Amino acid sequence: MTSLVLSCTLIGIGLYGVLTRRDLVAVLASIEVMLGGAQVLLASYAAGVSVPAVGEGITVVVLATGAAEAAIGLALLVALVRRNKTRTDQIEEVRG
Amino acid sequence: MSVLRTLPLVVVFVPVVVACLLAVGGRFVGRAAPWIALAGPLFAIGVGTASLDGGASGAVRWLGVGETAVRLGYHVDGLAAIMLLVVGVVSVCVIVFSIGYMRGDRGYVRYFALISLFTAAMAGLVIASDLVGLFLGWELVGACSFLLIGFWYERPEAAEAARKAFMVTRVGDAAMLVGMAVLWRATGTLELDAILGGVGALAPSVVTVAAVCLLLGAVGKSAQFPLHIWLPDAMEGPTPVSALIHAATMVAAGVFLVARTWPLFEASPEARLIALVLGTVTALGAATIALPQTDIKKVLAYSTISQLGFMFAALGVGAWPVALFHLVTHAAFKALLFLSSGSVIHGSGTQDLREMGDLRSKMPITATAWIIGGLALAGIPPTAGFFSKDEVVASVLQAAPWAGVALLAASVLTGAYVARATRLAFFGTARGAKEVHESQWTMTLPLLVLAVAALSLGLAGPMIARALGAESEALSLGIAAVAVGLAAAGAIGGWLLAADGGRREQALPPAFARMWGMVRNGYGFDTLATNVAVRPIAKLARFIDEAVDRAAIDGFVEGLAVAVRRAGALLAGTMNGDGQSYTALLAVGVIVLLAVTVWLVR
Repeated sequence: MTSLVLSCTLIGIGLYGVLTRRDLVAVLASIEVMLGGAQVLLASYAAGVSVPAVGEGITVVVLATGAAEAAIGLALLVALVRRNKTRTDQIEEVRG
Repeated sequence: MSVLRTLPLVVVFVPVVVACLLAVGGRFVGRAAPWIALAGPLFAIGVGTASLDGGASGAVRWLGVGETAVRLGYHVDGLAAIMLLVVGVVSVCVIVFSIGYMRGDRGYVRYFALISLFTAAMAGLVIASDLVGLFLGWELVGACSFLLIGFWYERPEAAEAARKAFMVTRVGDAAMLVGMAVLWRATGTLELDAILGGVGALAPSVVTVAAVCLLLGAVGKSAQFPLHIWLPDAMEGPTPVSALIHAATMVAAGVFLVARTWPLFEASPEARLIALVLGTVTALGAATIALPQTDIKKVLAYSTISQLGFMFAALGVGAWPVALFHLVTHAAFKALLFLSSGSVIHGSGTQDLREMGDLRSKMPITATAWIIGGLALAGIPPTAGFFSKDEVVASVLQAAPWAGVALLAASVLTGAYVARATRLAFFGTARGAKEVHESQWTMTLPLLVLAVAALSLGLAGPMIARALGAESEALSLGIAAVAVGLAAAGAIGGWLLAADGGRREQALPPAFARMWGMVRNGYGFDTLATNVAVRPIAKLARFIDEAVDRAAIDGFVEGLAVAVRRAGALLAGTMNGDGQSYTALLAVGVIVLLAVTVWLVR
């Protein structure tokens, strides 16, 4: 139950950051927080499953994917900074 | 099935193949087209001659649903054989005649392809052993008639006449389909033998409804009152077509249909009475209309309607073999008259009787042929028309004196209009502007053949009666003498009427002249039909077009498109390009979905 509350809190904080911060770096950091929330849930619930180490294994995989995702995200960020775009409200090409 | 038993089918397949050949390879055929087109009618003559004493029959399964199957069968008996002979002989004459008549026409090959197709359809109609096959042929001859009336489709009158002929006959055909449906419902089959053999087991009301519906189909096809209005307009087609389709064969198909389904009519006095009344009215009415016509082809058109009325009257009193006899002789002498008029039109360049005159001296063969046809039409002995018409009048007089008297009156008028047209065209002084010449031998030869037929076919009466399995009627001398006397009196009247090249008609008192004009217009029946039937239907069609088609159906489809477009525009407003608001919507969506899932699982 504690882990569920912790996980929800982390995801809530991350979502709040993603939605409200205008700074692209802060948005990226908030996404990482949400990812952490998901991992907490995965790891804690894995403890109750009869086959051991599956949850832990998946958590490690998510960690690795998160690192890779962060690398790609940062690379995109660098490309945007080179175009002088560091804030979310400067990016509005995807429009109906 | 042995080869011999399927042999009759060549009368359909050969002309169909010829028609396809001419339609596809027309460019390479050229002047040979008429000679190739002769194949079909020659086979029809052959099979007809061989089958006079009864021929083969057979059937194939055509369409089926489960146990119920529609079979296409053929049955060549004496009746079909006689019709095949009529169709074959007249077709051969018309095709040979057309070699010269249609020379140099742009649609030369198309013309012969259509004639060939018509021969196939007509042969199919007469040898069909069930109503389905008969109806197929029936509709196909109608289609060929449409295509040939509108042969010179660049002329608006021809196109309009073709449409009119098609639509008016369609009225009768619709009734015929209803009749077939009634028979199918009552007997579960459309095979003629089965239906006609089981007439006794059917309820009288069913028989009457079916017979009247079939009769209406025949009335449309045979241009009987009140569906006669298409035939005079059909004269827009080439004259040989008028001879073949609109005088000798297709318009007689109505008489053939009634004869074919005779047991139905035998069991239904009501249907016979309708046939008698319509036939008598048509015979007398059309004969009066033929009298004041100025177009030589219109005279013949109304004459054809009138003569078909004679046949229907004979059918109405139950003398169907007599009607068939008159059909055969009429086919000969009316085809002869039409081809003669074609020769006249070809030679003099006009079809207006007022512009002819004295053609006898320039076109002696054509004039002789016309006069022989005219004598046969008026029923003067010893021509074929005398024998058949006498039998018609005698049998009608015997059964229904009032109708017989009306037919005798029509005979007087027949003599009058044919004598008038003869004098205007061939006697008196020449009034035409053009140099007149006799037609070439390919045109006069068919005239001679048909003239011999018109003179001698009267002797074929007993043979025809035997082929139909009926007793041949003895010539009733008293009635014959009266009829000939009346026809001769009418002819003298018509001859006098045509004095001075028609100027006597113009010098008539005004009241009479007005009536003369009204009769010439067919008593204004065409206008009446337009006002009573055509206009309301057109109005209804326009209403359906506007209210149902455009307002309801188009409105629904187009409204749907507009609604989708509006909704799209509305939703497009939320797409503002801000990634964070998209994410917010995504989050809301996920929460909603989660809530729904939880609520559903609970």
